[in-house]
Amino acid sequence: MNIVVCVKYVPDAQSERTFNESDNTTDRVGVDGLLSELDEYAVEEALKIVEAGEGEVTVLTVGPDQAADAVKKALQMGADKGVHVNDEAIHGSDSVATSLVLAEAIKKIGDADLVLTGMASTDGTMSVVPAMLAERLGLPQVTFASELTVDGQQVTIRRDGDAASETIVASLPALVSVTDQINEPRYPSFKGIMAAKKKPVETWGLADLGVDASQVGLDAAWTKVESFTKRPPRQQGQIVTDEGDGGTKLAEFLSAQKFI
Amino acid sequence: MPATRLMPTEDGQDLIDLTREICDKELRPHVDEAERAAATTPQLPTEVFRTLGRAGLLSLPYPEEVGGAAQPYEVYLQVVEEIASAWMSVAVGVSVHGLTCYPVAQFGSDEQKAALLPGMLSGEQLGAYCLSERSAGSDVAAMTTRATPDDEASPTAYRIKGTKSWISHAGHADFYTSFVRTSDEGGRGLSCFVVPGDAEGLAFGAPERKMGLHCDTVSEVHFDGVTVGADRLVGAPGQGMAIALSALDSGRLGIAAAATGLAQSALDAAAEYAKERKQFGRAIADFQGLAFLLADMEAAVTSARATYLHAARLRDAGRPFSKEAAVAKLVCTDAAMKVTTDAVQVLGGYGYTQDFPLERFMREAKVTQIFEGTNQIQRLVISRQLLKG
Repeated sequence: MNIVVCVKYVPDAQSERTFNESDNTTDRVGVDGLLSELDEYAVEEALKIVEAGEGEVTVLTVGPDQAADAVKKALQMGADKGVHVNDEAIHGSDSVATSLVLAEAIKKIGDADLVLTGMASTDGTMSVVPAMLAERLGLPQVTFASELTVDGQQVTIRRDGDAASETIVASLPALVSVTDQINEPRYPSFKGIMAAKKKPVETWGLADLGVDASQVGLDAAWTKVESFTKRPPRQQGQIVTDEGDGGTKLAEFLSAQKFI
Repeated sequence: MPATRLMPTEDGQDLIDLTREICDKELRPHVDEAERAAATTPQLPTEVFRTLGRAGLLSLPYPEEVGGAAQPYEVYLQVVEEIASAWMSVAVGVSVHGLTCYPVAQFGSDEQKAALLPGMLSGEQLGAYCLSERSAGSDVAAMTTRATPDDEASPTAYRIKGTKSWISHAGHADFYTSFVRTSDEGGRGLSCFVVPGDAEGLAFGAPERKMGLHCDTVSEVHFDGVTVGADRLVGAPGQGMAIALSALDSGRLGIAAAATGLAQSALDAAAEYAKERKQFGRAIADFQGLAFLLADMEAAVTSARATYLHAARLRDAGRPFSKEAAVAKLVCTDAAMKVTTDAVQVLGGYGYTQDFPLERFMREAKVTQIFEGTNQIQRLVISRQLLKG
């Protein structure tokens, strides 16, 4: 079982996230970044599958130089090898272009029985790359798995909705995106940190993938950020003093805000 | 604000990053509630130790061949400091566990190292360090707990009788690194044994009702005729005192690092509060009287860190470091007491309430001036070495 896990390097949600002044793209340089927490679930699931059977976990990322940290973290957790697609022309790419680059990289890695992704990135939170990627690779698209089992030549997932839980079966190879309910990602260990240093990481550019620069980047994007303003500081709340009519006032407030 | 660290290696930096992540996700969310609950019902956070153990953080300074990470003290201690900045009781536990492994790692036979260390350093086991007794605190040689050999000429087993006091992890530990009397020759009559946690005859007193550091559960350990094999005697008979003092030199550095982390936490909380709290129409941090107090706290924390790192680097270089370790223990724990006290002052009435962690920090700081050698004993160690010859 060869598994490719797609991961993203995102700005740390704990720090102040912003956009670049020059082209309104996400600032990935001025803030601390890390492996997207939602992708850790995909890495963990891949490791569990391989540990229970056999095979190899390849972790794949598309991003600038610092994105190597996301690959490193996944390798420290236990993934076997890494691929980092890094090309200046990719800067500003939208989901469409990102899925193209990922798809070509997965083809180049080859022999993937299963492609795993998180349910969304913690910065863009578009949630569309898994679907686009499945389409480009011609794979069954099995999204939002909160449980996953691999059995012979098929994969079974549980998708929890508001009204019902669905059980979905797909033939392998397939693409599965996983939710944050699927497992508890492990921490790296010291042994993992040391082992990661010896694991192979390949760095590819667009030329290695046969992708033309005109197909990616900000100029090729279907959407772009025209302008941005900082969220204004939160207004001071309204204090209701109970003078015997506190309940009524609370109800009036909630009603005015359309909560009740 | 995380402390500025200059790590000697990339591995060291990776370890700090890993420690910070575990602290943020597994320690900080639980510390307040766990310490509050443990004040009435003492409870060791065993799950936290298991997480740290699995990550390899309970065996950092020991050789890789036996399951350690072969990290220099310069790195290991900064990991302890990071843990202390999140949860002091846990950092003290990590330091104590490190101390319990030391005698076997440093003085054990090759057979003992092979048999005992992998388990001790696996991250699944926790150790306790049995040295003090009710009437033998600073005066270690006054201890009366005794191990009697089954055969004077060539013993195969020893029978231990007596009571040890102030034992962290008592009742929870998987092994007890214990110093007991094997002859009447005062300080030369002590020996070191590693007693398995499930040995018959081990019993534990009620947990001590302490001022703070509640998740570091402490009670008496009774050796009610505990039989241990002679293969559990570490070093030569009579070498116990030397082993204990040598272990404490390193143990003190762990406490120095932990105290520094505690002080850093108090400083961070105080600085953050001072920037937000407004009186007379401006942040109290804008008043120089307050700003200078915070500056003194920063100076105390930074110099404390430099002091323990100096001792650590001497140790890593194989140079004598006993005096510097005593200096570090004295300076770092006094700094922790002063900084945590001043941090309560910065928060005023709020600092004195349990709604903020500052009063807890202050209670936790106090014991660091007492355990692993009182700060009076540190002065004794320092002055003796300074004035000898």
